[in-house]
Amino acid sequence: MKRGLQGNEQEDGGGTSGGCQKTLKRSRKQRREKDLEDEESRWECLPQEILLHIFQYLPLLDRAFASQVCRGWNETFHMPELWRCFEFELNQPASSYLKATHPDLIKQIIKRHSDHLQYVSFKVDSSRESAEAACDILSQLVNCSLKTLGLISTARPSFMEMPKSHFISALTVVFVNSKSLSSLKIDDTPVDDPSLKVLVANNSDTLKLLKMSSCPHVSPAGILCVADQCHGLRELALNYHLLSDELLIALSSEKHVHLEHLRIDVVSENPGQQFHTIKKSSWDAMMRHSPKFNLVMYFFLYEDEFGPFFRDEIPVTHLYFGRSVSKDVLGRVGLNCPRLVELVVCANGLRPLDEELIRIAQRCTQLSAIGLGECEVSCSAFVEFVKMCGDRLTQLSIMEEVLVPDHRYGLDDIHWEVSKHLGRVWFPDMMPTW
Amino acid sequence: MVVNTIHWFRKGLRLHDNPSLKDSIRGSDTLRCIYILDPWFAGSSNVGINRWRFLLQCLEDLDASLRKLNSRLFVIRGQPTDVFPRLFKEWQINRLSYEYDSEPFGKERDAAIQKLANEAGVEVMVRISHTLYNLDKIIELNGNQPPLTYKRFQAVINRMDAVEMPAETITFEVLKNCVTPISEDHDEKFGVPSLEELGFETEGLTTAVWPGGETEALMRLERHLERKAWVANFERPRMNANSLLASPTGLSPYLRFGCLSCRLFYFKLTDLYRKVKKNHTPPLSLYGQLLWREFFYTTATNNPCFDKMDGNPICVQIPWDRNPEALAKWAEGRTGFPWIDAIMTQLRQEGWIHHLARHGVACFLTRGDLWISWEEGMKVFEELLLDADWSVNAGSWMWLSCSSFFQQFFHCYCPVGFGRRTDPNGDYIRRYLPILRGFPAKYIYDPWNAPEEVQKAAKCIIGVHYPKPMVNHAEASRINIERMKQIYQQLSCYRGLGMDRICLTRGNSLNLEVIIIMIIISIQFIFFQLSNFHEGAGAHHPGQSSSVCCGALIIIIIMMMMMIILLSGFFLIK
Repeated sequence: MKRGLQGNEQEDGGGTSGGCQKTLKRSRKQRREKDLEDEESRWECLPQEILLHIFQYLPLLDRAFASQVCRGWNETFHMPELWRCFEFELNQPASSYLKATHPDLIKQIIKRHSDHLQYVSFKVDSSRESAEAACDILSQLVNCSLKTLGLISTARPSFMEMPKSHFISALTVVFVNSKSLSSLKIDDTPVDDPSLKVLVANNSDTLKLLKMSSCPHVSPAGILCVADQCHGLRELALNYHLLSDELLIALSSEKHVHLEHLRIDVVSENPGQQFHTIKKSSWDAMMRHSPKFNLVMYFFLYEDEFGPFFRDEIPVTHLYFGRSVSKDVLGRVGLNCPRLVELVVCANGLRPLDEELIRIAQRCTQLSAIGLGECEVSCSAFVEFVKMCGDRLTQLSIMEEVLVPDHRYGLDDIHWEVSKHLGRVWFPDMMPTW
Repeated sequence: MVVNTIHWFRKGLRLHDNPSLKDSIRGSDTLRCIYILDPWFAGSSNVGINRWRFLLQCLEDLDASLRKLNSRLFVIRGQPTDVFPRLFKEWQINRLSYEYDSEPFGKERDAAIQKLANEAGVEVMVRISHTLYNLDKIIELNGNQPPLTYKRFQAVINRMDAVEMPAETITFEVLKNCVTPISEDHDEKFGVPSLEELGFETEGLTTAVWPGGETEALMRLERHLERKAWVANFERPRMNANSLLASPTGLSPYLRFGCLSCRLFYFKLTDLYRKVKKNHTPPLSLYGQLLWREFFYTTATNNPCFDKMDGNPICVQIPWDRNPEALAKWAEGRTGFPWIDAIMTQLRQEGWIHHLARHGVACFLTRGDLWISWEEGMKVFEELLLDADWSVNAGSWMWLSCSSFFQQFFHCYCPVGFGRRTDPNGDYIRRYLPILRGFPAKYIYDPWNAPEEVQKAAKCIIGVHYPKPMVNHAEASRINIERMKQIYQQLSCYRGLGMDRICLTRGNSLNLEVIIIMIIISIQFIFFQLSNFHEGAGAHHPGQSSSVCCGALIIIIIMMMMMIILLSGFFLIK
């Protein structure tokens, strides 16, 4: 068809300049057609490495469709490089709105790719069946050498509801077989001291990240064993009851690398619970060993349980108070947390936090993010606070109800004042008024 | 030619500020005001008795007002698409008017009716009076996108033209020669039904705390303004124990049903402010209630999936738990937390709760404690809450569950502490949960912590007469905050607190990388274009080489502008 048209054009000819232009266009068109034809034949000869590279950009479903095109593409689809990372989503329709990974796909992966898997995570919903399915899959990963494993509950912690022995045996399979585990996330699971020993026995050289908040069956001795043996540990997340002076000393021993991130959850099981204290000397040792580490603390305590905390200087950088915290405690935070970078207070009670905020602005010179929920701060004190912090405050998230207007500033002009000192436009956070 | 008009009431159940009605009367010979009682209005088949009663009272009031003008309200049962063709023929209608409905379902229904009207040769008059502004204009001013933060919304509003004045109230003068043909059997055929006729059980039903109707609405407006003037303070009132109770100056249900015009409210507030504050310009915060309503209407108007998580482009996909048992406990006020249960009881009994109370129960259901989908909470509110309409209800639930609108998720309301701080004495609890009357203020918010003697003295054993708390709040909130973090960490656009790994400085450097990549790409693109031109030029035509330079220059300029826009865009988002 095209050739026919070209023939007509030649016949038409036309003036010299017109004909010259037509010749130019024709040659460009002809050249493009030839390119197309060449490209068509080249698809089959595309080297597998290039095809693999392209496939890495496609989501799994598109890749699967592509794999149906021809045998060559199918082979590429099954190359190990494409099966290094996988996230298993295990949901039951009765307990979740989201779709689960198809069981046939799971079977395929276990059959053909279980030894290619290196970075694996399991997302489970709140049903016991999902947790058990996750453990079944784990038990079958006998041939893989995992580098990353994440067991993530997306709703209620369903790993806690399944039989402990089933969980431990599945986890142990992974620990024993993957001798190069570097990152492990097992929050809200029934992991215990013996399984941690197995972890350490097989992976002590490679373990860099361990997140195990709210693992009630672990004891301080168990985690101490990990700290003693895994000298490459850079990130650790655990509950306060596992934290001890010995642990901090172990993490700051000479053989140990610099710790980068330590997250501690302080949770009250019963009202009036007593918490142990950590000596200042232990924190000092940590600071000397890892001067740049982030210490993140999440507090979920009743107001009267804060007794042992913030009595001495503590190198905390990110502080989150999930429940009501008293003025008194916030005052101590101002005095004893010089490294504070981020502070979030969910609730305080209706007494103004003016002095405490000013003190925090004065003493916490690194503070760059603050969030206040149900608190009260007078507008003048707030403006003073912002003035003292200046533009190092990159995140200022204050609920509108927090600011109490006074004789100097009302709610309508405070955001201009604050914006001025921050160097950018700022408004308080609002909640819809129905 | 004789002009027979139908005015179709849906919302806008009032005779003041009703421009569509007013305009359609002009030149009409007959007028019939109708209300179609659609036995299955899609999306709202879930309506409780309080809402029905309020609606019927509004219709009664409308009928009474029309009676004073020698007219009547015609209540017609059926679906609009069936009803209208019949009426067009029977009454020989050639004009139809109604107030513009901005909600997606409403727009669809109205489009179908417009089509029917066009086929029957009926003129259709539609006017905007349910919202302060023309929502499409707001969207246009914001670059054809509804503003997704309240701050942005306020900024756009500031640039809009002034709100239009409310239309004249319908009176005898307005009606002039327009008559309503009323038959002898009007009450049987077109009368306002009663609750019993609709199939509700009314035995034991207490008098309505919120009586419906335009008359009541206007009275409340006067009282509301009086109180504001007396206080001479237009700041948002501090929350105290009394705020929790139904107020005789509360206006939200009347705004929702349209018994009160939002524009009338707006102008009356403005006038009062100017009078009291001696002609100062009123700040936007004065109209808080009205503007939030407007905000949600604007976000919802072009989004038919606004009330769902699945398929809703502005809703974060959160792995909520399916738990009908827990949901039922929350909906029926059996959670074991007196603060939550009292609020839900007030809601069920009266149909209204204070907005901070709404925040408390919404937070408890979704991201605070139960981790149940906001869609379920929305449905319960739809059934029970008088002022919940589709847009505002869905939007507020998404906001409160941190599913949208870039809301910070650490603002968690404690089901014990929040109530205690608001009403330390616990009178609110005692009023709506009489079983807990005997508890002293110290234990009334967490009665499970009360020693046995106290429980015995109060004649209420926790676990027997009143349920134990259904969750451990500290544990639940700890888990849920972790879940929210997991989700938000995967959202590239989130910049906020609680991301102790991903901090803002890293975000900034990412932007720099993107810009550098853009520069490299653009340079490559320029070279590519240049080479293409050269290839095409072949034998150098004098005209072509200059056009090559022009072309390259234009491309360079465009790339520069793109980079400038990108850079400024990143700074603006901060």
